[in-house]
Amino acid sequence: MTPLARKRLGKIALNAAGLLVFLFAIFPVYWMASTSFKANDQIFTTDFIPFPTHFTFEHVDRVLSEGVAGHSIWLYMRNSAIVAIGTVLIGAVFSLLAATAVARFRFKGRNTFLILLLIVQMIPSEALLIPLFLSVKRLGLYDQLAGLIVVNVGLTLPFGIWMLRTFVAAVPKSLEEAAWIDGAGRLTTFWKVLFPLVAPGLVATSIFSFITAWNELIFALVLMNSSAGYTMPVALQYFFGQKGTDWGAIMASSTMMTIPVVVFFLLVQRRMVSGLVAGAVKG
Amino acid sequence: MTNISTLARGDGQSATPRRPNSHRPARASGLPAWSVPYVLLIPGLLVIGALLLYPLFQVGVIAFQKVGLVQISGKKPATWVGWENFTRIFANDIFWSSLRNTLLFAVIAVSLTLIVGTAVGTLLNKLGRKMSTFVVVGIMFAWAVPPVAQGIIWRWLFDAEAGVINWALNMLPDWLSNLLFGRADWTGEPWLNDAWSIYMVLIICVVWASFPFVAVSVLAGLKGIPAELYEAARVDGSSAWRTFRKITFPLLKPVFAVLTVLSIIWDFKVFSQLYVLMGGPSNREAFNLSIYSYAEAFRPPPKMGSGAAIALVLTVILLAITAVYVRQLVKQEDM
Repeated sequence: MTPLARKRLGKIALNAAGLLVFLFAIFPVYWMASTSFKANDQIFTTDFIPFPTHFTFEHVDRVLSEGVAGHSIWLYMRNSAIVAIGTVLIGAVFSLLAATAVARFRFKGRNTFLILLLIVQMIPSEALLIPLFLSVKRLGLYDQLAGLIVVNVGLTLPFGIWMLRTFVAAVPKSLEEAAWIDGAGRLTTFWKVLFPLVAPGLVATSIFSFITAWNELIFALVLMNSSAGYTMPVALQYFFGQKGTDWGAIMASSTMMTIPVVVFFLLVQRRMVSGLVAGAVKG
Repeated sequence: MTNISTLARGDGQSATPRRPNSHRPARASGLPAWSVPYVLLIPGLLVIGALLLYPLFQVGVIAFQKVGLVQISGKKPATWVGWENFTRIFANDIFWSSLRNTLLFAVIAVSLTLIVGTAVGTLLNKLGRKMSTFVVVGIMFAWAVPPVAQGIIWRWLFDAEAGVINWALNMLPDWLSNLLFGRADWTGEPWLNDAWSIYMVLIICVVWASFPFVAVSVLAGLKGIPAELYEAARVDGSSAWRTFRKITFPLLKPVFAVLTVLSIIWDFKVFSQLYVLMGGPSNREAFNLSIYSYAEAFRPPPKMGSGAAIALVLTVILLAITAVYVRQLVKQEDM
């Protein structure tokens, strides 16, 4: 074999391996989406049906009209969206303030605060579940989306501050100093100079919090009682009934739950990696 | 005029490399300059204190109390029971099988995730730009799927009657299937009934969903290694494995350290996927510590005390590992 032929062969092998990785990653997702558009006789079969040959919207229609546990999937999607957006709005304000403090000021206790941020991220939600359940009950927030929002703010804030602080630090200080010298006050400097420049980072951080709150199962399971308040992760459990599972319906619902996350993920993928392994991936 | 002021501003900027915070006048807000960062931190600290630290303290208290239905409804105060919750769970076989499941699962899932992720990251680095982007977008899909949906997807793939996995195993030539597994017919094989096969499916599911993060991080790290190093290794006739061990691994060590600890932390408390794969907390042999704690505390009759004790054991294990992570990050200075 000539060296050129060997090189070409190696390249083909690499691309083939890449394609295999791609298929391994994408096939389960594809299978979920395609099952939601297959007619029942193509779902419940021991054969392999790669494409839905009788493309149908019956499952999508059914989960939107009939739904599960007595309500349309729309209601659960709406609940999930309320919780996730509420978490993001509160979290964005709080994390922006705290991130500005740690990225822009040197003060006593700063390092302690940063280490605290790292440590609290490692507390498993299972440890918080029991005390927070009792507190939420005592405060009269049990079975209310507001209670779930409060808990999710707590779960997402430490990482939000941790991630956002790198974005604040990346804005050159000289810009703010220039505004100072021109006579802008502290608040004006913050709103007119720092905020617009940090906004992309704030969006990335917010998307991360959104996804965390959107996916959260264990607190939603414990803090919501009536089915009208279920979020998507909880509602999905009710498809697994006693008399067999309606796979078409559950796949249609899972697909609907997955779509917003995939869209957001593709938007912020790069920033998320840099936020998660902050400092480590500098080469 | 404008020209002059711009010039003056430029001068002023370059002439003040002194610490800018200390001499800023406290205009507009009226706060003394030193207090500003503390004021900014107040909301965040309140949230962390009330929703994370205080509950952590409380779970430590509840672990030594009896909290059942009467106590939850507030009719009776919680009573102290000393170490009773701990002695009770330590005497229970389910606790030990849960601990074993948690540890074994974490070790296997973390190793596989890191191995597959590193291999894919290295592969991505060797692919052309277009192919690499194509594969990255593909693995991003697996990473993005919500944990509950991950569980649902793999439960469906491993379905006894209509699952693709059983179809694929039936597709193997009979002699090969017999040679590998000692059987040829897989129709109706129930994968999600006993603990061992539930965990096998769980490992596949978790590795599938978490290798993309490792791969993309490793790729980002590899991009930072100067190409000349590899060039030199190639000229010296170094083998691929040797190059990885002598160049790639040492340079990416900090990346691997962070990835390992993050994976351990994520895999230790896997809840959603396992919950879906077993169909709720029903199969006690397949519990891990997370599900065991949840089941003790929230399935009737609720035993919040033992639930808290189990959660405390999990927390202690995790915080011990966290200490390593924090040390690693603190060592990298530049917080």
